[in-house]
Amino acid sequence: MQELLRPFDFEFFRNGLVVATFAGALCGMVGVYVVLKGMSYIGHGLSHAIFGGFAASALLGVNVVLGAGVWGAASALMISGITRRRVIGSDAAIGVITTASFALGLALFAVFGGRGRSFDAALFGSILGVSGADVWAVIAVTAAVALVVFFGYRQLLFTTFDPEVAEASGVHTARVDALLMLVLAAAILATMQVLGVTLVAAVLVIPPTIARMLTSSFSRMLLLSTGIGALTGFVGMNLSYHLDVQSGPTIVLVGAALFAVVFAVTGTRGLRRTAGLDDHAAPVLAPPHGRRRHAGGPY
Amino acid sequence: MTALSPTASALIRLDGVSCAYGGTRVLTGVDLAVTPRQFTGIVGPSGSGKTTLLRVLLGTVRPVSGSVQRRPGLRVGYVPQVEAVDWSFPVTVGECVLMARTRGRRLPWRSRVEQAEVGEVLARLGIESLAGRHIRDLSGGQQQRVFIARALLGRPQLLLMDEPTSGVDVRTRHEVLHLLDDLHRDGLAIVLTTHDLNGMAAHLPHLVCLNTEVLGQGTPQEVLTADVLERTYGARMEILEHAGMPIVLDQYVPADNVLRYRRKGA
Repeated sequence: MQELLRPFDFEFFRNGLVVATFAGALCGMVGVYVVLKGMSYIGHGLSHAIFGGFAASALLGVNVVLGAGVWGAASALMISGITRRRVIGSDAAIGVITTASFALGLALFAVFGGRGRSFDAALFGSILGVSGADVWAVIAVTAAVALVVFFGYRQLLFTTFDPEVAEASGVHTARVDALLMLVLAAAILATMQVLGVTLVAAVLVIPPTIARMLTSSFSRMLLLSTGIGALTGFVGMNLSYHLDVQSGPTIVLVGAALFAVVFAVTGTRGLRRTAGLDDHAAPVLAPPHGRRRHAGGPY
Repeated sequence: MTALSPTASALIRLDGVSCAYGGTRVLTGVDLAVTPRQFTGIVGPSGSGKTTLLRVLLGTVRPVSGSVQRRPGLRVGYVPQVEAVDWSFPVTVGECVLMARTRGRRLPWRSRVEQAEVGEVLARLGIESLAGRHIRDLSGGQQQRVFIARALLGRPQLLLMDEPTSGVDVRTRHEVLHLLDDLHRDGLAIVLTTHDLNGMAAHLPHLVCLNTEVLGQGTPQEVLTADVLERTYGARMEILEHAGMPIVLDQYVPADNVLRYRRKGA
């Protein structure tokens, strides 16, 4: 028992544990919308795009959270705009924007490497650099996102499920989508420190997928996914210390193990529920002029 | 879009409405008036602009030319095609119906008044016992009722339905027809699109034949004629009459018969 509690003696671990738990809950909450709207690719791409801002702000000596946050928000809104306008394929547009941003981050680290936070920590996550201020930042982001989800619950649900009818019913789906992108960018930013950009997408997808296997109710899925995200963050961070493995991979592996357990328990019933989740070739936000993502065509 | 006078006879009036997607014109010069208690079916081949016309009435598609006038404060309910619904989405019947109440209350859970209203509309449609069920775990007729219930919760004066009997069996089609008939008798105006000329369109009081432009309007007896249908569908059809109702038959000639006729002709 003492051995299990020993890491709590270290401030860096306590900070990392709080950040991992809150970040897990945050990603679990936001991930529900990401998965149901078929935005996993956007989540994956956005985390890579934010890496560019992370690298640039770290090397320029700008506050990393602020710099990467502005970069992430700009990328999110750009992706949202391109996706809605459908000038080119949204998956192609996202691929160009996000990989270019990621490549810029890599290039900056290659040229100016050695300053600011480490390259490995940004890619794979680390709890060593988590300060008290970071802890409060993650708690604040989680609380802000929870408030958005709480008070925007009905509009978010309607826009996610049926954007055309939501629009016709007076919901500003374009604003809701933009808000969701900003929330996603904030969640990725808050999580990146512990998980790293390469693994953020996993914590956005695994908790809601597990939750979906356990329930067919949207409200219960939202609560379950948030709880599962927090649990995997907490357990993963503890295991990370005891196994001496980086926090990001450990948290993701805990989530994957939980998925396997739930799959074993619920079997095909659970899988049937997840059938069709995120099965879209291209991520689609509520399109303009009422064209639905599942509709056969505009006629 | 402009507002009709509150005393105007129409709920919505379209004058010379044309729509296009990316340069491709899908509606041309459509004139249509939807009046209170009207029950209209829009028929036409695939790609004829039926759904676009429905969306113009709904207000989600803006015409490139022409005018759309609505009665001020008009409440419109919309029931999408079942094929357009994401059936894997985790939503129960109760949650789905409550979506109609997105504006106003900000709290996620339903108020007592909303609870009562949802219960009332589900009971009216005979699906009150299904409130906790996932939408996929329902029969075709029940699934249609869920989306009709969602539309009715907004207390619409006009109900728009996209292919309400697409892909359903005969029994479900009868259920839907009876339900719509009841709603129409209760004073609701209904406009729907359908491919089903005999099973659905022939039973409606008013039809619009559409193929990019309106090619005929009136009762089934007036509209379901060989000439109008040939202009609408580009194929010859034969019309029989049974119990005062027109029945449309394909005049399909198998390829080997065509060859035989040609040989005979030669």
